[in-house]
Amino acid sequence: MHLAYPAVLAVLLFSVGVYGVLARRNVILVLMSVELMLNAVNLNLVAFDVWLRDTLHTGQALTLFVIAVAAAEIGIGLAIVLMVYRDRGTSDVDRLRDLREDRAGAVTEAAVTGAAVAAGPGTASGGTPHPHTSEREQGNSAGRQTA
Amino acid sequence: MNLAAAHPGFLSPTGVEIVFVLVGVVTLAAAVITVTTRKLVHAALWLVVALGGIAVEYLLLTAEFIAWVQVLIYVGSVVVLLLFGLMLTRAPIGDSPDADSGNRPVALAVALASAATLVTVVVDAFRTYWIDLDASVQGSTAVTGESLFRHWVLPFEALSVLLLAALVGAIVLSRKDGPRAAGPGPVRDPDATGPAAPAAPDQPDTDTGPGSGTDAEGRR
Repeated sequence: MHLAYPAVLAVLLFSVGVYGVLARRNVILVLMSVELMLNAVNLNLVAFDVWLRDTLHTGQALTLFVIAVAAAEIGIGLAIVLMVYRDRGTSDVDRLRDLREDRAGAVTEAAVTGAAVAAGPGTASGGTPHPHTSEREQGNSAGRQTA
Repeated sequence: MNLAAAHPGFLSPTGVEIVFVLVGVVTLAAAVITVTTRKLVHAALWLVVALGGIAVEYLLLTAEFIAWVQVLIYVGSVVVLLLFGLMLTRAPIGDSPDADSGNRPVALAVALASAATLVTVVVDAFRTYWIDLDASVQGSTAVTGESLFRHWVLPFEALSVLLLAALVGAIVLSRKDGPRAAGPGPVRDPDATGPAAPAAPDQPDTDTGPGSGTDAEGRR
């Protein structure tokens, strides 16, 4: 068999997995795409192990390890997904944006208020955390509506 | 280039190659359907076809043991785990119109670019090499087990520790109350009222969905 056949198939499967990871919104579909990418790598490992006639069978051993690690990864990943779903009511990647930076205007506004607070020790001590919490509550309510 | 003359060309494929290409087309089509369908459960079921096709490819590459491990672990347990995940996160059975996010054209462009680049490189690098499948058995259970337990024993045992850690971690993560809630009563009341409790009145079966499964898992 030509080595190009399994290599090209692995490349195409990997690209399909890349598309799925980037384009999907549900976390579980993203995990499925990750599995596709791992399987593409496994196919490459097996093909090159058979081609090189490795006496240690490094490729097949590494394939078994990748399969086991992928099983562990899917277990932990699904536990995390279930925890996120229980806390947020959604499993969409797009809605989990608590750690994102705010828009540029909001950042400069926070910087300005911070500068104002620094300039004069006045009233607005709890002014900056408010937008964050209200935004998170909005995200939660949106998730609950779709759930 | 003189190596190319020594090997069979692409125009006279062997039977193994024909079967490999046919199964590869089926596998690739199933993978494409997996990442493009709007029905979430159908995506998991097409993933079974893709992973089974890859298992057949392993068999064609004479890696017999890997093929059965693939069937056992991927088709047998990973897909079942994914289906349970879909079920516990209340995935809709029918079409879910928001399965794809807004950056789909960018994702398509990235995937096509990577596919074109990698196919070009791989074909250019490996088109003159030939896998000799008939010389000796490469992946039978005896051969793989011997190499695994003679040369790779220490990584194998480390892998078992990793699996144990993953098991414990999954149980700890999916317990409902967390490690601090060993005392009587719902300890996480102030936290739990925010996200989880308001969903209960309009959906009475909320606590029987993800809660019951993970609760049973936590009590185990």
